[in-house]
Amino acid sequence: MSLNDNKIIMDKEQIKRALFRISHEVLEKNKGTKNLAIIGIRNKGAYLAARMADYIKEIDSKAVPVGILDITLYRDDLTTIAWQPVVRKTEIDFDITGKNIILVDDVLFTGRTIRCALDALIDFGRPKNIQLAILIDRGHRELPIRADYVGKNVPTSLNETVDVSLIGADAVDKVSVRKVGKQ
Amino acid sequence: MSDWKKRDLLTLESLDKDEINHILRTAESFKEISTRSIKKVPALRGKTIASLFFEASTRTRTSFELAAKRLSADVVSIHSSSSSVLKGESLIDTARNIEAMRVDGIIIRHSSAGAPRLLSAKVSVPVINAGDGAHEHPTQGLLDIFTIKQKKKKIEGLKVSIVGDILHSRVARSNIWGLSKLGAKVCVCGPATLLPPCIEKFPVRVVTNLKEALAGADVVIALRIQLERQKERFFPTLREYSREYGIDKENIKLAKRDVLIMHPGPVNRGIELSQDVIDGPRSVILEQVTNGVAVRMAVLYLLLQKEETNESIS
Repeated sequence: MSLNDNKIIMDKEQIKRALFRISHEVLEKNKGTKNLAIIGIRNKGAYLAARMADYIKEIDSKAVPVGILDITLYRDDLTTIAWQPVVRKTEIDFDITGKNIILVDDVLFTGRTIRCALDALIDFGRPKNIQLAILIDRGHRELPIRADYVGKNVPTSLNETVDVSLIGADAVDKVSVRKVGKQ
Repeated sequence: MSDWKKRDLLTLESLDKDEINHILRTAESFKEISTRSIKKVPALRGKTIASLFFEASTRTRTSFELAAKRLSADVVSIHSSSSSVLKGESLIDTARNIEAMRVDGIIIRHSSAGAPRLLSAKVSVPVINAGDGAHEHPTQGLLDIFTIKQKKKKIEGLKVSIVGDILHSRVARSNIWGLSKLGAKVCVCGPATLLPPCIEKFPVRVVTNLKEALAGADVVIALRIQLERQKERFFPTLREYSREYGIDKENIKLAKRDVLIMHPGPVNRGIELSQDVIDGPRSVILEQVTNGVAVRMAVLYLLLQKEETNESIS
């Protein structure tokens, strides 16, 4: 594998436009910020959630509560993966009961992460509804889960992986696809 | 990726700095779970843990059981007073029989130092030491260090004084190893009869005068006078012990203004600590208990979660 296999599919500007559009769509669908809360899934979803909250504030001049969800303890593959994921903190310092929750993650793939996140969220209370916002939908679902807001649909094959880099966690904002060998 | 490689948790002496820090970091994530209205995550669903207590305990046993239950593991508790131990079954036989029922981990407290290590050599599942004789009590050491770290934001360079019955204290030994590995300056203080014979081999400063131990201390850990072990008379009277080594609101002024007062419990009120110090603003005794659950959740998660991958390697 060479570095040339690395294809950039979104740059800084495109990520910004996609998130800005999603923020507008969220406000449109929910008729404003009333009862709205944004929860990002660790790791990258947390950065996206924070950015969306900023855009929503820019558009509607109202702050919405933002939380971070760590789903490690809810994974269904904990006993089958060879390495032990590091557990990190869940930071939701508001009551989610009765709220319209926008769940945010970077890539939607098999849907298993979202399944974990839904289980985890419901342990915190009973939201009025949960909507899913995703930067990249790459297909290959293994569970009946779909996103309400999508930044970009990217058809991929199973021997490819989608890398999302975001300032805060990485040096630059970009999304790229690379081959990882046969599967 | 994980830094955790060990199968058992037997002592803090056998852990290195990175391993201790890894447990503390993991515990930090687990602390929040106990503040939720639904205090349960599915991480150890389907796992069974046996807790073998051959000695009395309220805090440690309850804390371990809550930790296991909050991770969705099932716990069976075996107490020496109501088990076949009374019929003369040996520790190893008891443990092997329990293992044969396919438990995923064993928590053990025993009055003999080294019992958990012996057990770990005879069974194939993770063994967690919940206190063995006067040897070690690693999870107590970890929760003490966790509590100090939460309050002081660091361990390195802190002056920690451990006061009281060092001779019989497994808590003291675990704290000495754990704290000194993380760079704290540990001082032990007690009457010469309650200091172990080879104390100079531990990485500590030894004093017999309480004032010297308190002077400039960032943390003071008071140990319980183990009245059940006082048959040999290590000091003339409790009143005399309390006068020489009891910590009260007067002598604690020698320590730093933001000193933390800790105690592993159960406290003999008015002997090792005065009432006003126990319930005073510098005391973090109940926070230690709260943190104990988080630390034990982290330990159970780290040891039991990876068990199957261990098997596939071996």
